[in-house]
Amino acid sequence: MSNTVHATINGLPVAVTKGTSILDAARQVHVRIPTLCKHPDLDATGACGICIVQIKNNGKMLRACCTAVEDKMEILTETPEIVDVRRSVLELILSRHPNECLTCLRNQNCELQTLAADFGLTWTGLDSIVPEHAIDDSTHSIVLDSRKCITCGRCIQVCQQDQNVWALSFLNRGFETRIAAAGDIPLWDSPCVRCGQCSAHCPTGAIVEYDESVKVWEKLEDPDAYCVVQIAPAVRVAVGEAFGFPVGANLTGKIYAALRRMGFKAVFDTNFGADLTIIEEATEFKSRLLEGKGVLPLITSCCPGWVNFMEKFHSDMIPHFSSCKSPHAMVGALTKTYYAQKQGIDPAKIFMVSIMPCTAKKSEIIRSKEMYSSGYQDVDVSITTREFARMIKQSGIDFVTIPNEPCDHILGMYTGAGTIFGATGGVMEAALRTAYFYVTGGDAPKLDFTATRGLKGVKEASIDVAGTTVRIAVAHGLANVEQVIDKIRAAKEAGEEPPYHFVEVMACPGGCVGGGGQPYGATNELRIKRAEGLYSEDFADQLRCSHHNPYIKQLYDEFLGAPASHKAEQLLHTGYQVLPEYKR
Amino acid sequence: MKPEELEVKAAAELAKQQAFDVRLFTCSSRGCQSSEALGVIAGLKAELKARQLESRVQVNGSGCMGLCSKGPLVRMTSKTQKDILFSEIKPEMAAMVVEQVVVPVLEGKTIEKPGGDLEHHTLDLNDPFFAMQVYSVLENNGKIDPEKLDDYIARDGYKALRKALTMSAEDICKEMLASGLRGRGGAGFPTGLKWDLTRKVQSDVKYIICNGDEGDPGAFMDGSVLEGDPHAVIEGMLIAARAMNATQGVFYIRAEYPLAVERVEKALRQARVAGLAGKNVMDSGWAFDFEIRLGAGAFVCGEETALIASIEGKRGTPRPRPPFPAVKGLWDQPSCINNVETLANVPIILLKGAPWFASRGTEKSKGTKLFALTGKSKNNGLVEVPMGMTLRDVIEKIGGGTDSGLKIKAIQTGGPSGGMIPEHQFDTPVSYENLQQLGSMMGSGGMIVIDEHDSVVELAQFYLDFCVDESCGKCAPCRIGGTQMLHLLNKIVAGTGTAEDIKTIRKVAKAMQKASLCALGQTAPNPTLSALRHFEHEFTERLLPVATPKA
Repeated sequence: MSNTVHATINGLPVAVTKGTSILDAARQVHVRIPTLCKHPDLDATGACGICIVQIKNNGKMLRACCTAVEDKMEILTETPEIVDVRRSVLELILSRHPNECLTCLRNQNCELQTLAADFGLTWTGLDSIVPEHAIDDSTHSIVLDSRKCITCGRCIQVCQQDQNVWALSFLNRGFETRIAAAGDIPLWDSPCVRCGQCSAHCPTGAIVEYDESVKVWEKLEDPDAYCVVQIAPAVRVAVGEAFGFPVGANLTGKIYAALRRMGFKAVFDTNFGADLTIIEEATEFKSRLLEGKGVLPLITSCCPGWVNFMEKFHSDMIPHFSSCKSPHAMVGALTKTYYAQKQGIDPAKIFMVSIMPCTAKKSEIIRSKEMYSSGYQDVDVSITTREFARMIKQSGIDFVTIPNEPCDHILGMYTGAGTIFGATGGVMEAALRTAYFYVTGGDAPKLDFTATRGLKGVKEASIDVAGTTVRIAVAHGLANVEQVIDKIRAAKEAGEEPPYHFVEVMACPGGCVGGGGQPYGATNELRIKRAEGLYSEDFADQLRCSHHNPYIKQLYDEFLGAPASHKAEQLLHTGYQVLPEYKR
Repeated sequence: MKPEELEVKAAAELAKQQAFDVRLFTCSSRGCQSSEALGVIAGLKAELKARQLESRVQVNGSGCMGLCSKGPLVRMTSKTQKDILFSEIKPEMAAMVVEQVVVPVLEGKTIEKPGGDLEHHTLDLNDPFFAMQVYSVLENNGKIDPEKLDDYIARDGYKALRKALTMSAEDICKEMLASGLRGRGGAGFPTGLKWDLTRKVQSDVKYIICNGDEGDPGAFMDGSVLEGDPHAVIEGMLIAARAMNATQGVFYIRAEYPLAVERVEKALRQARVAGLAGKNVMDSGWAFDFEIRLGAGAFVCGEETALIASIEGKRGTPRPRPPFPAVKGLWDQPSCINNVETLANVPIILLKGAPWFASRGTEKSKGTKLFALTGKSKNNGLVEVPMGMTLRDVIEKIGGGTDSGLKIKAIQTGGPSGGMIPEHQFDTPVSYENLQQLGSMMGSGGMIVIDEHDSVVELAQFYLDFCVDESCGKCAPCRIGGTQMLHLLNKIVAGTGTAEDIKTIRKVAKAMQKASLCALGQTAPNPTLSALRHFEHEFTERLLPVATPKA
């Protein structure tokens, strides 16, 4: 039986693989069927009813998103009747949506708003019937306003299926249906790991980041505050999307320039912290692998969403976790100690801002006493790429034309290894480069460990490090982590050798480039392009290994002593705790 | 049980029954139970015991005998005379029934019509309500005790299964297709075709699911069948399982039908003990068993995919089809979902043959159909009529018109998914196609009689309110459309509506019909639209005076 079906769409012949949806088939013949609830990365649920189409000579309307093309189908996508029904459905959706576009974080960046604009809706014949629901901002990472929810279910799909967290679910039924934590408890009490993928997939303003940009402006205005900023690897290749740059454009120099104009006294880079993480983590790995100090595999800890997930669902993995803080937390701690001492600044006056692709970083900065290792809160505020993009727009900076500037020292300069932290597999690749150096005393002949790259959910490889085989696994998207952990546990229970020596986990699909705080509209295609922006910088870098970063060497010489020294342990490392999935 | 043992068991049971001179059947379905039917049974037993007549008179429970508004009903059968059907019997009247009727009959007297106090508690079996009905699915009701397997076997029970065990799966499907049986849940999809589609899907695991989630307001056919003749449904499922090589049966019954659940549980236990279900069905080496899952009271869970989600422990929300359950159903395995009444039709079709079944009804709608006749009908209850009987015969003859003598304005069929059919269309013969053509639908079989004093606007409001309450909330057109429509209808009922509101109702209704994900939303506007089509003046009369256009 042939696997190809032949049909027509608006009279245009189309041949597609059996099982292809009408929506996808239509793109082949340059027909764009409007959608609302459908997200390119997620299963179609058919919730909104906007993508309806008709089959010729049949009055019934079908959903293009979840109806497969059948042989000899004559599909019509744009009859006056279809457009009329779509408009009616849209009017219904708007009648249950608060008219708050001007004061909504999704203004001009909202899928519902765009659709309403496309349809040129002016009719207001339906009464507004928006139920009152309280806003849940208990996590201080994301804000859930179910009045703005169109119940498309994307957030629930990512939370349950992609992330396996099951914090969000639908409550009630019919008109009362709304999203919330199961049991209608605050999200803070729920299994939520703050990854923010719900907000990244939301088509409207129902789930957004917990906006803290005003706090940053206030401090920038405060003459007593000494504002310092750092940017995460993945921010540089994504923020440009808000200004019309091509996806993946690396805008590091422009970002530095913009931040300096905003009034930051020092502009640092989390990539430096990434290099430092590698030094500490590779040291830890070496001692576990070669000296038998601690259990294997070693599991990375730089992703706070993953740390939350582990502490809530897999706390038996605590001994496996690297004690390294995440890179921005390291930079925060050093800014208020090493940098403050060198510059003669009172650390109490330093206000440390992290610009991250991440919503979980917002709560990471207060997660435990180790986050106050400098004697102060090491990082004062963490804002997302989205908040940062808005701040640039507010500041009157012409981001498109502003010339590049360099970062500040002594916590700014970085190597290519730090850059690739922003993509899934990047931490592993960077760590392998340095681990190789630690084991052999020389650099690997080929620095590109490509087995760690790409969007496969779990990447496994055996790497030869000067005669020692190192088995690694890289997982991204929390649902994919489960199979890795299952393997580790199974081997442990059977008393066998661990399946891996080193495991990298990133909570978000694609790693930080696909982070919950990144610009909207992330798809796999877009995640790949953002990652490309990081890998090409790494490839072009003179220095591609963290251990070659001269400022890292200086840091150890002047301040920390040696990797894993007492001071390093105190400032750069942390501990983990068992957290309940539900707080009550 | 070996196949040949069926006759032995049947003969033994028949002999046992023959030994009684009089047998009494008291309806023990939930409607009559709520009117103290169990007290009546106890009263009859006590009186007979006191008179030492237990060996001559058998006291039984029974399935629904139809005229629910006059319950509890007690049927007396005797070897010596015609049946008598008593109505509205209270426990304290049991002794009277024994004394004034049973004892005289035992003494050889013939009682045409009981007199005295019982005169007004006796129903005329020649009344059109009984005489015009054609019993097939309800054939056993009033003749067997639903809690006794042997009663069912004595009336040819499980013979159809025995026949099915000798047939190929394909032949059973063909027979069912030839009979013309269509889904009694409302949509009317040919049952044989549904089975055959499931049969053709290759899989090691397949489910046959009985949909007992009857949720239409005013409908009680399926509950009555499960309570009155559970073995018929079990046998139907076993045959269906053979026809599609299903490996497991699942009863999905709404939790509000505790008696149905109890009866099915009991019947399944009996069937397992007797070797009619379980590890070795009728000594054929075929293993097949059932489980029961309870619905938590959501109307939408009658929809196949929502029902499956509910069994799986998920939110009862529909999902887009295809894939159809026949390909990917319960636990992602091929599954066939049949309604209770559909399955109850199966044994008799196989036993009497497709031509027998197809001889009744219209060209495309075969057999009989159960209706729950309610509303202002004089006779309220469960009726079974052949397809093709006119609505007028059902309503005016079987139903007996209205109790109050008021004129009938319309009927509502198909429940909240159906529509109103005005009196001038009552000469239409009952069939899936005809009802649909009239803008209503067969639905599962609720038939509600509306008299001239009833407001169709308020009735439409009632049904829409029901659908809004029962919407699962998954898709926007149903979730918001229903609420908006109801909001507008409420305005009209309150006297503050405008002509513009009626236009908006029609507009929203169209969006719901065309763009809702499942049949609940697609059909929810039907009662309102049909009311508007036939009785628009009732709407316009209630509008704000200023909004009414002057002639």
